[in-house]
Amino acid sequence: MKVKGRVWKIEKDGKLMDDIDTDMIYHNKYLHITEQEEMAKYAFSNLEGWQDFPEKARKGDIIFAGENFGCGSSRQHAVDCFIALGINAIVAKSFGAIYKRNAINSGLAVLECNALDMAEVETGDEIEIDFETGEIKKNGICILKAKPMNKIQYAIYLAGNLFRYAEGI
Amino acid sequence: MPTIIEKIFQMHTEDKVEAGNTIWLNIDLRTARDFAGAKVVKNLLKHYSSEYIEDATKTFFTFDCNAPANTIEYANNQQICREFARKNGIKVYDVGRGIGSHVVIEEGLAYPGITAVGTDSHFNILGSVGAFGQGMGDIDIAFVFKTGKTWFEVPETVKVNFIGTPSAPWSAKDLALLCVKELRRKVLGRAIEFYGEIVDELSLAGRITLASMVTEMGGIIGFIPPNREVINFYSKRSGKEIKPVYADDATYEKEIDIDVSNLEPLIALPPSPSNVKRVRDVHDIKVDSVFIGSCTNGRVEDMQAVAKILKGKKIAENITLKVVPATREVWREMMNGEIMKELFNAGAIISHSACAGCASGQIGMTGEGEVQVSTSNRNFKGKQGAGDTYLASPETAAASALTGYITGVDEI
Ligand code: SF4
Repeated sequence: MKVKGRVWKIEKDGKLMDDIDTDMIYHNKYLHITEQEEMAKYAFSNLEGWQDFPEKARKGDIIFAGENFGCGSSRQHAVDCFIALGINAIVAKSFGAIYKRNAINSGLAVLECNALDMAEVETGDEIEIDFETGEIKKNGICILKAKPMNKIQYAIYLAGNLFRYAEGI
Repeated sequence: MPTIIEKIFQMHTEDKVEAGNTIWLNIDLRTARDFAGAKVVKNLLKHYSSEYIEDATKTFFTFDCNAPANTIEYANNQQICREFARKNGIKVYDVGRGIGSHVVIEEGLAYPGITAVGTDSHFNILGSVGAFGQGMGDIDIAFVFKTGKTWFEVPETVKVNFIGTPSAPWSAKDLALLCVKELRRKVLGRAIEFYGEIVDELSLAGRITLASMVTEMGGIIGFIPPNREVINFYSKRSGKEIKPVYADDATYEKEIDIDVSNLEPLIALPPSPSNVKRVRDVHDIKVDSVFIGSCTNGRVEDMQAVAKILKGKKIAENITLKVVPATREVWREMMNGEIMKELFNAGAIISHSACAGCASGQIGMTGEGEVQVSTSNRNFKGKQGAGDTYLASPETAAASALTGYITGVDEI
């Protein structure tokens, strides 16, 4: 399966930011919220320079980030806020382990790509990602290869979430 | 030969356990705490119509984040869990019992060799007793409540060897901070096994401290092979025969040696737990508040260490010293001895057992510009309020409360 979208590089001083933790993504002030739609407003609500992300992001956008994205707590809110915003995928150099699970289980595509820094992509560029091969294309040309999802993860993504996947096994 | 995690996994799956493989893992112990618990319940009610719980005797709620609730939203969430628990025969360790990961150790529910999951990112603390524990999100946990299993990518294992014996005074927290500094990035997404004389001798409390910070090292879990003390503890608590899992001749992804002969009091400067410095290199930092507690340093041994330093003394003027035992059992032990009295007389505020300041709970937040020394495990911006949090051992925290500046215990 392939998705297309506009890129947001989450950068600081011209470099993809490492160690963006769950508190930066979704502050613990808003943890009592249980309605997913409401969470959209607070995506990156505690990440300096990115607090206005929910206003700027459009449905279908793709996020690029550095290493260890989503490290920190186990809060699902930090995934749900991006689903609520309609984010298509997050590509990072690596993810916090719990974050990666949470994202896969709720059908948010996450891909790892060690060489993400090398990509000739700017914020605002349209790209296409193939989840099965991991290929990332700009203007039809492959510019980067991310690690494809493994079989179980891809099946969960296709089913929509872990619950729906489980119905089929 | 398999590593500890591979051995434990193989006892809990029919799939082939090998690093890199994704397997279906049977889970012995399933818990949810108050903040994500309500979402677990909502997920179950939304996706299933009945039979929400595969085995109620293996399923628990633990309320520790906001206990008792100080906002209506949290109170509502707790009540959602309580009512669901009542209907489904699930036991709730309600507000006041303490931090969930410690409660399951004390209750003998999590013991060497089992698999456990909870909605707490520090549930890997159970590596301290040689069990597999993992924090997960509310979808995962709802799924485990319903099915008793989940998928897991078998991680590679890194073997960490501690070499040498420290000559200066040190605590388990200093060892944990040293590991965060040395291992960060090197163990991302890996399981760790800790070896060396220094861990053989660690008390259960010290093991909990070290294992609790594996999350900050970036690892999945850190196993400390159970010693006699741990095995005896569990034989008593669970009434079961305990069969710890050890790795013999295992194949590791890599081995990392850490020299501990120069270990000394360390402190992590805001805003990252890996920003580790020697306490004696940190000068003239005026402290406003001190927090002693959390799943990292909330055991009675930690409180003892603090009481010993504060005994017969008063904390500096205008310092708030907030002490929160990890569990009700720790509270009781503190009351039985002199600890409670000594802390009180020194000027401490002592609160009921919970995560407290670590989870924006009741014992108070920090304000803009406020400097806090905390024995917890995270000092990310905004985690404990708007102020700056420094992570240190109970000893360093107590010494700093006395002088009003960041101070090592050898300087008082
Ligand atoms: S004390 Fe802090 S880190 Fe530990 S379980 Fe509670 S909130 Fe999490």
